[in-house]
Amino acid sequence: MNAATSSFTDFISQTAPELVPGKMSLPDGNHSDFSAHATTIVSMRCRGGVVMAGDRRATMGNYISSRDIEKVFPADFHSLIGIAGTAGIGLEMVRLYQTELEHYEKIEGRPLTLEGKANRLATMLRSNLGIALQGLAVVPLFAGFDLDAEDPDTSGKIFSFDVVGGVYQERDFDSIGSGSVFAKSSLKKTFRRGMEREEAVKIAVEALYDAADDDSATGGPDPIRKLYPVVMSATADGTDRVDEDEVAAIAADIVSRRTSDEA
Amino acid sequence: MAMQFYTSPEQIMRDRSEYARKNISRGRNVIALSCADGVLMVAENVSTALYKLYELYDRIGFAAVGKYIEFENLRTAGVRMADLRGYSYDRRDVTAVSLAKAYAQTLGAIFTEQTKPFEVELCVAGVGRRPEDDELYRLTFDGFINHEPGYLAMGGQAEQLVEVLEGNHDINAPVREAFALATRALAAGGENGTQRELNKDVLEVAMLERSKPARTFRRIQGAALEALMPEQEDESDESSESE
Repeated sequence: MNAATSSFTDFISQTAPELVPGKMSLPDGNHSDFSAHATTIVSMRCRGGVVMAGDRRATMGNYISSRDIEKVFPADFHSLIGIAGTAGIGLEMVRLYQTELEHYEKIEGRPLTLEGKANRLATMLRSNLGIALQGLAVVPLFAGFDLDAEDPDTSGKIFSFDVVGGVYQERDFDSIGSGSVFAKSSLKKTFRRGMEREEAVKIAVEALYDAADDDSATGGPDPIRKLYPVVMSATADGTDRVDEDEVAAIAADIVSRRTSDEA
Repeated sequence: MAMQFYTSPEQIMRDRSEYARKNISRGRNVIALSCADGVLMVAENVSTALYKLYELYDRIGFAAVGKYIEFENLRTAGVRMADLRGYSYDRRDVTAVSLAKAYAQTLGAIFTEQTKPFEVELCVAGVGRRPEDDELYRLTFDGFINHEPGYLAMGGQAEQLVEVLEGNHDINAPVREAFALATRALAAGGENGTQRELNKDVLEVAMLERSKPARTFRRIQGAALEALMPEQEDESDESSESE
């Protein structure tokens, strides 16, 4: 260890480079067909924080490789990360990112700022660019509660990224993955500023429902297997996963509204 | 060429031990003890920014006395080792005993190979599901590991502190009682066995909370610490009411 660092990624790059994701060199060509792909994630601001939700489907081409994959995770105590793209690399990136944030917090005695966390994630993505261009791209969505914000009601922030490591702060909501076009169209009509968390959870589930309606790579609610989207929130009290029964009830409500004769 | 004087290995080791021991004994004391709610760590520390109690991993804490810059180096190395292990294998594969052994290796190597030993004493504490499963390791400057039974004290007056803890410690006591015992022990560390006054400004308190599912380390400061401190006036009021 030569330089003193508070970054876990920097530390393993020096001591155990084989553990850094994205460092492998691949033969030329596009390799996207060999890996499972995770799709739609939505996130939006709400009163007191943010809400993030992800569907449960992973696909390999036109084949459903998983019906119960989870793609939304707490990044640390006050932030959330969701992934779309190559599932294996995305999950590894999430694990490294979680360790990265925790490591910094332990070494320094205080967590990174929310912007600092977003920039750190962008750097990790940039180091993945090589394999991203060979078809193994992964794109995260990051959202969290900003502890330094003056007004807790507008303290939720959302950051989106691209494969080259660009980081963009979103105004109100964002979505990533193949179903994101449809999810965003849905949110465009349902989102209102200053919504309570409960309402944000409802429109997040509905946005995923709309995405699943038109995008074959996004899974809809599955009452037969009792599989529903993973919905989480980040507020001043920390991150929290919305109870599965609650999500099931919301999904059932959406279905019944859309099957009623008046609709 | 200058004459090389012969010094026996015994003499060298004795000198090093004496040097380290003398410097550590000037340091303020730290106590770690098991209680029903977790592993409580209490340190005497006048600084509000430089801590002596830290988180190593989910259920593992770190406490130290001695030279700050030296134990800070060891702490950082411990966090790195823990995070590396947890990332390479699984979070449950990071154990207090493996970290304690790594510290023992490092301290032992420094003690025998370097001219100056580290002037530190460390504690690696692991909180279990039950108080009986807690692990407390005390590491001395020469690399010895001591597996302590439910409580440990480090610093200049460690022996006096242990005397108070001994016989009074109960692993099933609630945190309030454990804290009262710890402060009583720390207060006994005055010169020539005199009792000292300790207020919350000179105490650093942290805990590994047994019931927490993931990261268990929590600093107890501000209002939470005030709530733990005995309120002498209130106590006397209550007793007069009950009479």
